[in-house]
Amino acid sequence: MSGGLAVAGLGLAAPGRTVTNADLAEVLDTSDEWIRSRSGIGERRWASEGETTASLATEAIASALKAAGRTPDEVGFLVLATCTPDQLLPHTGAAVCDALGIRCGSFDLHAACAGFVSALVTGASLLPTAPGPVVVCGVERLTQILDPDDRTTAVLFADGAGAAVLEPGDGALLGWDAGTDGSLRELLEVPVGGRFIHMDGGEVFRRAVRIVVDSAIAACERAGVAPDEVDVFVPHQANVRIVEAARSRLGIPAERTVVNLDRWGNTSAASIAIALAEADAAGRLHPGNHVLLSGFGAGMTWASALLRWS
Amino acid sequence: MNRDQLLEILREATVGVLGCDPAAVKPEAHFADDLDADSLALVEIIMAVEDRLDIQVPEDELKDVRTVGAALDLLEGKVAA
Repeated sequence: MSGGLAVAGLGLAAPGRTVTNADLAEVLDTSDEWIRSRSGIGERRWASEGETTASLATEAIASALKAAGRTPDEVGFLVLATCTPDQLLPHTGAAVCDALGIRCGSFDLHAACAGFVSALVTGASLLPTAPGPVVVCGVERLTQILDPDDRTTAVLFADGAGAAVLEPGDGALLGWDAGTDGSLRELLEVPVGGRFIHMDGGEVFRRAVRIVVDSAIAACERAGVAPDEVDVFVPHQANVRIVEAARSRLGIPAERTVVNLDRWGNTSAASIAIALAEADAAGRLHPGNHVLLSGFGAGMTWASALLRWS
Repeated sequence: MNRDQLLEILREATVGVLGCDPAAVKPEAHFADDLDADSLALVEIIMAVEDRLDIQVPEDELKDVRTVGAALDLLEGKVAA
């Protein structure tokens, strides 16, 4: 699989409240040391009053369009990945299109933490016949489904948005892998009738490591690229120990792996988009690079993509 | 596979994850107190053993494992099964 994909611009939106581990230790039975050692998280962003899933997505998309040198009215289609929409109806993309002043086609995509990679693969397949650049966005306001009294989840999850503008170009989506094991839905869920995320952390950890490794290898194989030929690995930012365990099993060096969860926490569908935007801003992405993205989470659902950067 | 061979595999896995002194990984050693291993480290250790022995140890069976000896008991049951 190949052909003519450029990530022409990336953008992110950082919500207004920076919440440190020390802040959480004041209200929960936890500590900076406990949170850091088990997750790698030092601080995270939580939405301020008035910040919504749609407003965060709009900000990230506007930033990505600016980076691509595009105006909103040029957008050919919007794929927005989230598991925390502001409303069940209509979809978040409608509010985002309205805020951007555009009328292109749009839909929301729910694949939990695999959302952004799923959106990217979907957007890449729409692109050849789209009437303009395809925007893919991962956005979450997970604080709306976080139990503030549950120290096992409240310290991990966070809010944010990231977006990418896809255009025809010299790069390519070389290969991808995606899958679902719905028998594992209870490991990470908002139970039926419940309001808050519930997670079996240990089992998710173990499953996640195996899933990332298998899925990343499958994407690499389909792309004809060996894992040691990956120049930049951007895994879902769930937990630094999952990232570390998966990275070492894949044989990808730490210096080629993008980790920003120390400042962001787990932003589900937004995490890979934010990490990719930060890696780009830091000058870590170069033309010809093999860039491996791998998302995994509730479902359990996973998606990996191997891009040749342009 | 006898208990000594299992201990050796568990020891290698534990040293691989924790970077601890191999001699410290003995049946009476307490994962948290003696080896400074938290719950995720124990999951990683058992994952490494699972890979070596081609067995599966569900997470809920790990919850009561506190010592190397208790992990050996659990693994013996899986290998024999």
